[in-house]
Amino acid sequence: MTRLRNFLAALAALVIGDPQADRLVPPTGFTARLTTFAAGAMAFLAVFALALSLAAGRLADRWSRDLAQASTIRISAPPEERAAQTAAVLRILEATPGVVAARALPPDEAARLLEPWFGPDLPLDTLPVPQLVEVQEAAVGFDPQGLRLRLSAEVPGAILDDHTRWRRPLVAAAERLRGLGLMSIGLIGATTAAMITLAAQAALSANAQVIAVLRLVGAQDRYIAQAFVRRFTLRALTGAAVGVALAMVAVLLLPAAQEEAGFLTGLGFQGWHWLVPLAIPPLGALVAYLATTAAARRTLTELP
Amino acid sequence: MVIELERVAMSYGGSELFADISLKVQAGSFHFLTGPSGSGKTTFLRLCYGALLPTAGQVRLFGQDVRDLGRDGVAHVRRRVGVVHQDVQFLDHLSLADNVALPLTVSGRDTPDQMDNLDELLNWVGLRPRAAAFPAQLSGGERQRAALARAVIMSPEVVLADEPTGNIDWDMSQRLLTLLVELNRMGTTILVATHDMNLIRAAKSQVQARVLRISGRRLQLAGADL
Repeated sequence: MTRLRNFLAALAALVIGDPQADRLVPPTGFTARLTTFAAGAMAFLAVFALALSLAAGRLADRWSRDLAQASTIRISAPPEERAAQTAAVLRILEATPGVVAARALPPDEAARLLEPWFGPDLPLDTLPVPQLVEVQEAAVGFDPQGLRLRLSAEVPGAILDDHTRWRRPLVAAAERLRGLGLMSIGLIGATTAAMITLAAQAALSANAQVIAVLRLVGAQDRYIAQAFVRRFTLRALTGAAVGVALAMVAVLLLPAAQEEAGFLTGLGFQGWHWLVPLAIPPLGALVAYLATTAAARRTLTELP
Repeated sequence: MVIELERVAMSYGGSELFADISLKVQAGSFHFLTGPSGSGKTTFLRLCYGALLPTAGQVRLFGQDVRDLGRDGVAHVRRRVGVVHQDVQFLDHLSLADNVALPLTVSGRDTPDQMDNLDELLNWVGLRPRAAAFPAQLSGGERQRAALARAVIMSPEVVLADEPTGNIDWDMSQRLLTLLVELNRMGTTILVATHDMNLIRAAKSQVQARVLRISGRRLQLAGADL
């Protein structure tokens, strides 16, 4: 509780600031610009890593949904045996673990499937079109090898076509890509922290004389640290805000995503995901705050 | 007692600077600390405001052992002890007035009333017309007087001065001494480290001062002839 109160007090002091304390640390123009630039560049990259991660996530979800939808069993049998074989297949499927539902496609639905190739008003009864059975899988899926063996034993004309299986590695790849995107964001955060730590340490070391004077006149270390921490936090916040704004404009200018479009054209934000990058500047500022606080504490302890 | 040293020893890198030093500084007293260069006067003063810890013995500031103070405690002690160094350090990007007001700023006491006192204080040390000047624009004497003003702006109970007249001429030394004597008359405890015997002789005609000397790694009460 006390820690939380201290943290909130520190946060309030950070936001409200103390103009007098801020003036005590001499301005460092070049370092300031570098810190702001680094925070901006990192935020820009973070937005793209986020866009990549979210797009990969959407892709993985869509492919997963497709995977969960349907496999097909094709029954090629003489017309007089077709009904019996279809019933046998449905019975087998009912007893197959991992199958949620199965239904035989009625002729009009089969005709619609063939329409792109043969045109409308296809006389199905004059063609040797096989009977199709659509299989709905559970999330865990079924054992295709076992089902094939059972079908070949009991319904020799039935062939399982699990045509969506090829998507499994793609889903895995998309999920891996989402993970890599998130990992990149983590690395960007860590790199930002490292850069700001180095900049803060350099600033503290360069101002050793200022620190000595402040200590001589009775300044507590947390007062001295506050001046540096506030400065670096505000620089990171400013840089990250600019970086995020530019990156969001860049993402906005990417080619529009379409429902069935490829991955690259879908690389962007959709819906409420546009709000997610707005969390980057405060998070960047938090990273800068924590990094500078740690650096200040360490450096001030080391200084005589 | 405002400062107490009990059997204090100080070593640097295995070499003993002084040993077995004991001293009690009473509130309102005036002390000179003298001794040859390298005898440890500056180190002695640094022990007296918590900038250093003794390698042996005990230093008590306002009744508290410095080892128990911690960094925040030392910071609080420094608000009760004004320090003037020979090589005065200021914040170069701030004006003289802002530098003198630093102790008020860092302790959050930079209220309008206190800032009015700043004007009076600058007047007292004769630097009011130079209030807006930056440290680099000040002469040696002005820097020393500014340092004294900064040291006393919090109305400290003790003022420690380390060779305060080291870089200034005799007239300015006399002026600074007069300011220190005035402070002492107002009840401030003064401890001045100096090797300037003329300054000590001049002071003894104005104030009852005790003269201490570090010699042969020991602290001695100097002779009355000084």
